[in-house]
Amino acid sequence: MANKVIYVMYDDDGVLKDGAKKLVSKGIKIADAFSPFPIHGIDPIIGVKNTRLGIMAFIYGLTGLTLATVGMRYFMIVDWPMNIGGKPNFTYLDNILSFIPITFEFTVLCAAHGMAITYLLKNRTLPGMPAQNPDPRTTDDKFVLEIRTADNSIDEKELDELIKDTGYIEIDKKNI
Amino acid sequence: MEFEITKKAKRNTLLIAGGGLLLTLIGIITNFEDHHFMTRFMASGLINAFYFFAIGLGALFFLALAYATETGWYASIKRVIEAVAGFLPYGIGLFGTVLLAITMMDGAHLYSWMDPEVVAHDEMIEGKSAYLNKPFFWIRTIIYFTVYLIFLNGFRKRSLEEDKIGGTELHFKNYRRGALFLVFFAVFSSTSSWDWLMSIDVHWFSTLFGWYTFAGMWCTTMVVLILVTLHLKKHGYLEKVNESHIHDLGKWTFATSFLWSYLWFSQFMLIWYANIGEEVSYYQMRIENYQILYFAMFVINFAFPMLILMSRDAKRHAGILTFVGLIILAGHWLDVYIMVSGGSLGSTATIGALEIGMALLVMGGFIWVILRNLTKSPLTPVNHPFLDESIHHEI
Repeated sequence: MANKVIYVMYDDDGVLKDGAKKLVSKGIKIADAFSPFPIHGIDPIIGVKNTRLGIMAFIYGLTGLTLATVGMRYFMIVDWPMNIGGKPNFTYLDNILSFIPITFEFTVLCAAHGMAITYLLKNRTLPGMPAQNPDPRTTDDKFVLEIRTADNSIDEKELDELIKDTGYIEIDKKNI
Repeated sequence: MEFEITKKAKRNTLLIAGGGLLLTLIGIITNFEDHHFMTRFMASGLINAFYFFAIGLGALFFLALAYATETGWYASIKRVIEAVAGFLPYGIGLFGTVLLAITMMDGAHLYSWMDPEVVAHDEMIEGKSAYLNKPFFWIRTIIYFTVYLIFLNGFRKRSLEEDKIGGTELHFKNYRRGALFLVFFAVFSSTSSWDWLMSIDVHWFSTLFGWYTFAGMWCTTMVVLILVTLHLKKHGYLEKVNESHIHDLGKWTFATSFLWSYLWFSQFMLIWYANIGEEVSYYQMRIENYQILYFAMFVINFAFPMLILMSRDAKRHAGILTFVGLIILAGHWLDVYIMVSGGSLGSTATIGALEIGMALLVMGGFIWVILRNLTKSPLTPVNHPFLDESIHHEI
């Protein structure tokens, strides 16, 4: 039997949420949900894991902090000691106060850009990349649940029966 | 559900206050002969009266902020905020008494601008005497207190009325009054901290000082709100408050800690960089006399909340929040302690039985007033228009 992916479309996020709850309670595994806006509370229902973007943000921030410190120490103290506003910079530690704002800014810059680029890469939504959503209408006012037969041991006919109860408006099946 | 103070809470509050009273008496007896005793006694009174008064004021500010911004999530902990804000009349009573005593003693070496002899021999203070003089100081103080009390009474009255009649009319009135309070508070939070705290270092000035004091006050308020909410949750009240509310309060603590650290650093760095004699004196004095305490206080109030409260799980964990919260409370108390003692006692300042005793004594009273306030009304408002949103709060 060929593996299939089933796209079940709804016209209301509440109906989609209730439908997903019903399907999950019957032991169906839902692969993904597509929506024009974040649906509150859908993550725990369909079992989306907590994002690890925060951990990456922390690592990017640490990178920025280190880069800024190493860089400024080299530019301002080692390579060419600078004297600005009567603050001789012969040691980094004694003048650390004047370096903190830049360190802070660079930490934020690295964390923010790193996070944004990671997010776009992971979702494959960098500018110019082909769209990932199954139907362009999910960017407007429709909501889609994606169910893969490969994830579920249940018979396809039984699956159809279960999906029928959830109040969808359209269903689309594709062989993969 | 009506709140009842548990026997254990009653006993512990009594123990804190009793221990505080005992320590205060020991402190008075052992130091009475000391040359600086009166200054130290009044400084200690000022520190503790201001610290706890400010927590009540912070709660009033947070309530007004929530009204003015039409916040939804806070509705189910609104009574907790009101209970903490309800300490304000007592705080004002205590703080007003301390200020009055200091005024009667011509400043007690705290407000040296109140001492006519000092002013006569000091050109700089004389130049400031149009603003810093006893009558005008009291006019301002009374205006602050009156405005705060009027708004507090209004909010509380309308909140209880809303429970009975519902509707949105009271809500929109609260919305307008909340915004109006913020207008007053924007000015008062700065000027009042100049009057009450900055004028201790009378030769020194900083335009940032008001925000700095205010940020510390806001942070302690958020910690107190968390601790009271957790106490109520632990005893089975506030069943509508879920992890997300606790998480939000944790976020506020995290954010206001950063706000405070940011302002502390901004003030410190600019003055350090410009290196102008009349400005650096404030820090020179503090670094000479309180080097370890001063920087330890900064590390406690900055690094602890930053590193520990950064992760999402920590902000939802009652034990971690309580642990960090208590440390922050102590840290901000030290902040106020150094603000007041630095300019008045200088190198002779110590934290002994007197300071700790008074802090515990006022804390006992503070906890007792909050617990009593909680018993006076249902713990969850009945007709708040955003109650439904708050119950379904999920982040």
